[in-house]
Amino acid sequence: MSSTGALTKPRRDLDHAVVRFAGDSGDGMQLTGEQFTIEAAWAGNDIATLPNFPAEIRAPAGTLFGVSSFQLQFGRHRVYTPGDRLDCLVAMNPAALKVHLPDLKPGGLLIVNENAFDKRNLDKAGYAANPLGDQGLGDRYRLHKVDMTGLTKEALKDLALNAKEKDRCKNFFALGLVSWIYTRPIEPTLEWIHKKFAKSAVVADANTRVLKAGHAYGETAEIFSEHYAIEPAEMAPGLYRAITGNRALAWGLLAAAQHAKLPIVYGAYPITPASDILHELAMHKRFRIRTIQAEDEMAAVTAAIGAAFGGAIGVTASSGPGIALKGEAIGLAVMAELPLVIFDIQRGGPSTGLPTKTEQADLMQALYGRNSEAPIVVLAPATPGDCFYIAYEAVRIAIKYMVPVIVLSDGYLANGSEPWLIPDPASLPPIEVAFRTAPDGFAPYQREPATLARPWVRPGTPGLEHRIGGIEKQDVTGNISYDPDNHDHMVRTRAEKVRRVAQEIPPTSINGPATGDLLVVGWGGTYGAITAAVERAQLDGKAVASIHLRHLNPLPPDLGHILREYRKVLVPEINSGQLVRVLRAEYLVDAVGFNRVRGLPLATEEIHEAVTQLLEVPE
Amino acid sequence: MSTSGAGALHAPKYTKKDFESDQDVRWCPGCGDYAILSAVQKAMPDLGIAKQDIVFVSGIGCSSRFPYYMNTYGFHTIHGRAPAIATGLRVARPDLKVFVVTGDGDGLSIGGNHMLHVLRRNVNVTILLFNNRIYGLTKGQYSPTSELGKITKSTPVGSADRPVNPLAFALGCGATFVARTVDRNIAHLEEILKRAAAHKGAAFVEVLQNCNVYNDLAWSVMYDKDQRVQYELRLEHGKPLVFGPVDDRRAIVMEGLSPKAVPATDVPESALWIHDETNLNAAKLLADLFAPDYPIPIGVLAAVAAPIYEDILIDQEQLAISERGTADIGKLLLSGDTWKIE
Repeated sequence: MSSTGALTKPRRDLDHAVVRFAGDSGDGMQLTGEQFTIEAAWAGNDIATLPNFPAEIRAPAGTLFGVSSFQLQFGRHRVYTPGDRLDCLVAMNPAALKVHLPDLKPGGLLIVNENAFDKRNLDKAGYAANPLGDQGLGDRYRLHKVDMTGLTKEALKDLALNAKEKDRCKNFFALGLVSWIYTRPIEPTLEWIHKKFAKSAVVADANTRVLKAGHAYGETAEIFSEHYAIEPAEMAPGLYRAITGNRALAWGLLAAAQHAKLPIVYGAYPITPASDILHELAMHKRFRIRTIQAEDEMAAVTAAIGAAFGGAIGVTASSGPGIALKGEAIGLAVMAELPLVIFDIQRGGPSTGLPTKTEQADLMQALYGRNSEAPIVVLAPATPGDCFYIAYEAVRIAIKYMVPVIVLSDGYLANGSEPWLIPDPASLPPIEVAFRTAPDGFAPYQREPATLARPWVRPGTPGLEHRIGGIEKQDVTGNISYDPDNHDHMVRTRAEKVRRVAQEIPPTSINGPATGDLLVVGWGGTYGAITAAVERAQLDGKAVASIHLRHLNPLPPDLGHILREYRKVLVPEINSGQLVRVLRAEYLVDAVGFNRVRGLPLATEEIHEAVTQLLEVPE
Repeated sequence: MSTSGAGALHAPKYTKKDFESDQDVRWCPGCGDYAILSAVQKAMPDLGIAKQDIVFVSGIGCSSRFPYYMNTYGFHTIHGRAPAIATGLRVARPDLKVFVVTGDGDGLSIGGNHMLHVLRRNVNVTILLFNNRIYGLTKGQYSPTSELGKITKSTPVGSADRPVNPLAFALGCGATFVARTVDRNIAHLEEILKRAAAHKGAAFVEVLQNCNVYNDLAWSVMYDKDQRVQYELRLEHGKPLVFGPVDDRRAIVMEGLSPKAVPATDVPESALWIHDETNLNAAKLLADLFAPDYPIPIGVLAAVAAPIYEDILIDQEQLAISERGTADIGKLLLSGDTWKIE
């Protein structure tokens, strides 16, 4: 067929599409997905992504547990989640097909790398017979068997690369093809290849050729009768970039360091999925961010506490298992009343659990996971981009109130990305740092009346030499005290200090009617799925609203009032019911949980179904 | 830029009293810690550091109450973590002089890992480890330095674990300054403290300390006058390794790969082992010597120069700023791929 003929292929406009690239860990699926995300972003769509990869670094090739995937949804309207069911699945080998086919919609586009379906790979995936030979597969889905390996080899036949190096380019064939199918521009990827392989012209050339070959294949091969266009989304005007949650947390800290005019000491021990924050921060020494890769989790947090004692911003991060190890030290920061920021990038647990999968089950640990009563401020970002603001806010509150603040992110937010309207740093609230310098009338546990914060004193300040520690102390003087009434007073004071942070919380924004039949309350990374589900229920004509809590301790002052404006309250969480317990205990409301703990984000569809069902339950 | 060598150059003239806090000292009467506290307070004026620039950090245990009694900045933290707290403090504030006060349980058991890493990183802190070979604050359980077979409340028929040697441990971790002194030898204690405080990098000082309640006279060999004369080996840089009473001087020599104590008169002067603080291999041999087969070395075993952790970090930061200017979050937010929506 001539290229003129190809141009006549019809283009169909779509509202949105959900695409998943799946292959072996070594097939470069994460990179393929990230590049496709950038292409969609260039095309002006709203996007949400979901990378999903095995915990093993180099899982044995071709196995079911070695499958790595990257999913994204892009659309012309607000896209809240990476999508529940797939419109298009790219499977680079039999294992990827077996793992991911159940998620493909009936009639969905199924593109497979035909060459990979050999005896060896079929055996590893546990297929007795080649599924591509099954007539039913072609009936249920729009199946396209593409010889990606062969076509890649063909495109590179005159290049001085060995067979393995050539084979490694085949993910760009898939990317080129899918880019054509969804009319995404390949220019950003061409530019990326150019930059990435600047040192190796032959590798840059190879990837460019294969990308273009994939694109041209879509245009010329007779098997694709049409392709799709998704118009740009109606998004707030301004300059955008893609950002992952982990990077946004790191950048939020950098913004805080700059605004507070203080160095940050960031203590961390490598752990999935928090390590990328350490990697990101280590690149930005000019912000006076000093990263310590500590010997263990306790050293990571105590180094941050030591830095806070010295008058710097002390920050530590981990995932659930590491937060458990840090618990005692967080209690010290509570007792010493020092500012400390802790990031918990939650993952599936308990114990080692599911290191690369997401979960929201550390809420109780954040609230109560220390000996005795050690209240701290708990914040949770709603989206990857929100991580920037939450990190900044955590530093601001920690310093203003002289308290530890924990941020509950999760694996989904950490690695997921979204188009992010770049903020103007000047619009961020100021971070006021007022070190005490006057020796007259100084006592280490004097308190600011509004915040109950004690003075922050930098060692080196003459006349303010003082000693603090983890032993209970007399209020105001800070002297060691075992007095029963003083202890009772201090327990209440530490709690009251955290409670006062409520004055920092803006009025809760309600998505939907101010009163109604059902309120959905969420927190953390489920924001997108809840919002999409509630908007769908509203389109069904239901009197449903949702709110999303970014402050979990203290809770927003208006929350009790809002909860009473609805006949029913539903709390979806990726745990077995933690926030719902808090709400029931705190407000005596008959809130109901919707709980799935599968290591995956909640799906819009299942929340929508839960909303519908709860509305049907007679009171 | 080197930031180590903390402290103001023009410290006021202090006396011991300037370093005494207003808190009542709460150790048991007769505890070796009193003598150490007094020696530290006495040595402080000679360091030439303004007292507001000094921080004492401790963990948990009897020894860790120390910061409350020093009229400097102080932080009494949690069990074992003082070296990590001090590391974070130094990284944040390389202008401060930081001391870590710890014990055999705090520093070598629950905090053993942090001790390893503060030493190998060579963080510029002065570490005083009070070794009384017992857990005192928890009322008398055996410690990681207690001798094998130690009878305590938790080991009524004797402990089953072999002790760790603090000096050998420190040298094995790559410590750049390792010394030993004794609570009852005030003059020596003061001298070693000053040497340790002046060292650039992590300085590790084992102080043999008496717990008169739970492990009285654990170091009797160093307290009993006759035994002390018999066994104490004073290490002095450039001086030969000889010890013992005047009428029975003995020398340490190498026999094959092992040290041996022999009558000093048997060794020609040219064959005497001359103590060299910069020789880490020699220090490792000395660390293992103990009574009754050998003398007990006190003094500075090793003092060598090595890069300091926080200096390297600060240098990297300064280099990044001097090469590329101070950072701007506004610019960073706009870096990389961006796109405009009208």
